[in-house]
Amino acid sequence: MTVPPFPVPPSQDPIRPDPGTSIRISVDETEYPGRAGQTIAGVMLAAGLLSWRYSSGSGAPRGAFCGIGVCFDCLATVNGQRDVRTCQRRAVDGDVVVTQHDPLPRPPRAPAPESAAESASEPAHRSAPEPPHPSGPDSPLREGGSGA
Amino acid sequence: MREILIIGAGPAGLAAARAARARGASVTLLDAADDVGGQYWRHLPASLSAGREDLLHHGWATFTALRSDLDDDPGCRIVRGAQVWAIERGETTGRPDAARPDAARPDAGNRDTGRPDAEPAEHDDRGGHVVHALAGPVDGTDRERITLTPDALVLATGAHDRTLPFPGWDLPGVFTPGAAQALAKGERVTVGERVAVAGAGPFLLPVAASLVQTGTTVVGVFEASRARTLAAGWLSRPWRLARAGKKGAELAGYAAGQLRHRIPYRTGTAVIRAHGTDAVTAVTVAKLDRDWRPIPGTERRIPVDAVCAGHGFTPRLELAVAAGCVLTGDSFVAVDDAQRTSEPGVYAAGEITGIGGVELAMAEGSIAGHHAAGGDTGTSPVRAARVARGVHRDIARRIEAAHGIRPGWSSWLDDDTVICRCEEVRHGPLRDTAAATASTSLRSLKLSTRAGLGICQGRMCGRTVDALLRQHAPHAHRNDNATFDHRPLAFPLRLAELADHPKDNDRKESA
Ligand SMILES: Cc1cc2nc3c(=O)[nH]c(=O)nc-3n(C[C@H](O)[C@H](O)[C@H](O)COP(=O)(O)OP(=O)(O)OC[C@H]3O[C@@H](n4cnc5c(N)ncnc54)[C@H](O)[C@@H]3O)c2cc1C
Ligand code: FES
Repeated sequence: MTVPPFPVPPSQDPIRPDPGTSIRISVDETEYPGRAGQTIAGVMLAAGLLSWRYSSGSGAPRGAFCGIGVCFDCLATVNGQRDVRTCQRRAVDGDVVVTQHDPLPRPPRAPAPESAAESASEPAHRSAPEPPHPSGPDSPLREGGSGA
Repeated sequence: MREILIIGAGPAGLAAARAARARGASVTLLDAADDVGGQYWRHLPASLSAGREDLLHHGWATFTALRSDLDDDPGCRIVRGAQVWAIERGETTGRPDAARPDAARPDAGNRDTGRPDAEPAEHDDRGGHVVHALAGPVDGTDRERITLTPDALVLATGAHDRTLPFPGWDLPGVFTPGAAQALAKGERVTVGERVAVAGAGPFLLPVAASLVQTGTTVVGVFEASRARTLAAGWLSRPWRLARAGKKGAELAGYAAGQLRHRIPYRTGTAVIRAHGTDAVTAVTVAKLDRDWRPIPGTERRIPVDAVCAGHGFTPRLELAVAAGCVLTGDSFVAVDDAQRTSEPGVYAAGEITGIGGVELAMAEGSIAGHHAAGGDTGTSPVRAARVARGVHRDIARRIEAAHGIRPGWSSWLDDDTVICRCEEVRHGPLRDTAAATASTSLRSLKLSTRAGLGICQGRMCGRTVDALLRQHAPHAHRNDNATFDHRPLAFPLRLAELADHPKDNDRKESA
């Protein structure tokens, strides 16, 4: 499978976009191309990345959800600053993005009810994946996506 | 000169700025985004310009003219990228002699009261509110601190999507329709190749249209309301709809577009589950009964790589609540005929006073800006805006009647479904805790369940948790005034930004 055309191919875009300026940002040390003016989340989505954070409780993967700065699902560390809403921050050439995983110690009163449900026939859509090494290049890609 | 501060530069805030300038007031317009336009006219940044950007928008010429008029106007200062994080109530607020509109009536906000408004006297409605903002890169450090004490304040902070939870809605690849729209209009990125658009409301149509325009295959638009409910809501008194010229044409255009692109539009149908492990790979859709309860045996699985799900909008009320404004029974900002809130000197316009689309937002903005600047009722531009407001409030009522959330949706939840995304509070534990505790207040229910206590401050789940608690803990008396809309800090801040060097980057001004 090829990387899906997440950015609209400019040659096919009826709005006739100007070429713009190419930029590159790195996400966990992998470089991704983008265009000046895109948001960091936009660059990542366009590269086929769908999630870049693991939830603190169950370690479920998270990416962008609301796209307008209100859900805080899309947080990442940008140039050393934690908790930046990547759907709102414009990407700047050379930005260094590091994904954030902040596992919480499980509160004793939460014996995850999912363990029972998980073994059922339904696909284990929340089978907490192993959180990757904080700076590993192995953030989950959209199926078949090759990243950069 | 009277100094007006407008927060939010969407259709409502822009119209308010123009109206206040027409009355000769000095205007400051703040928006957290790095350009004006709000959600409706979210557009490409200058560095991604395009020859035919107008193809992505309705009323694009209206918008660009409005923006350049305001940009060129020395009496209007636009501060882009300015996040308002707090409003303090002034000393003069709450004084008994201040003009208290009938907005305090719990249901005043969504209704045209028909009451001829009293002319606000030039300066006696000054509320003395202090507004704090930070301008600079989003969530950055070293942003510029701005403190403003305007003569009058117009709140136009809009709304965000409301998504009802369903199993799998927390998987990557599930987005709000607004996210798809923002990415498509703002940077020409699409959320997937095969996308299901689901939820309720006319907003699903422009989202499907935008996705198609970005080359995406929309496998279907799944509208939860049933055809008969839609017909009753939209087609009763059709002559009123005909008066709503542009909006009617816009919606009709989308319907035609859907046909042309052969996007199935299924009514009485919902996405009740998203499947996948690390990302969504399929959805289950099912037929719903009139209360939105899935009908057993009608489930169908459709492969997709993204879902856009939204069931309406939630107003962004935190600043209005901080300013002391009274809310309506259905949790919008209560306003009177002049768009005045219950707080002296504070006006509200657009989606925070009721969900009704761009024309209603602009009509309300014009009225709010005019009165905030000391204008009276008889002036002709306001008269036209008042007529438009009446027509479009009527549409808003139809939208609610046709697409409003029905209680049966909660039957598509599993015990395991995440309700609060931040704290990962699941439906089963939430229900059991609510039922088991003798909680007597929303505050203690929040503390014992942890729902709504995460970093988004209950924006995503607040309304849902409220609805579920009502359902599962009807015995609980809500004897505090806690609401999910109360957020003393509108946005999380870095402590360093508050504590350090107030002199260096503090800009204190009167407006
Ligand atoms: C993501 C999204 C996309 C939408 N797209 C469409 C569409 O394509 N077609 C359609 O018919 N309707 C759309 N809508 C519905 C839309 O909300 C209304 O039609 C219209 O934009 C409402 O205008 P408004 O001025 O009330 O609010 P908005 O347009 O939402 O403007 C509010 C503004 O306030 C700003 N703001 C909020 N809080 C703060 C703060 N604390 N500090 C500083 N600034 C702040 C926001 O940045 C925003 O620019 C969309 C809604 C959303 C949420
Ligand atoms: S996607 Fe919701 S805050 Fe960025």
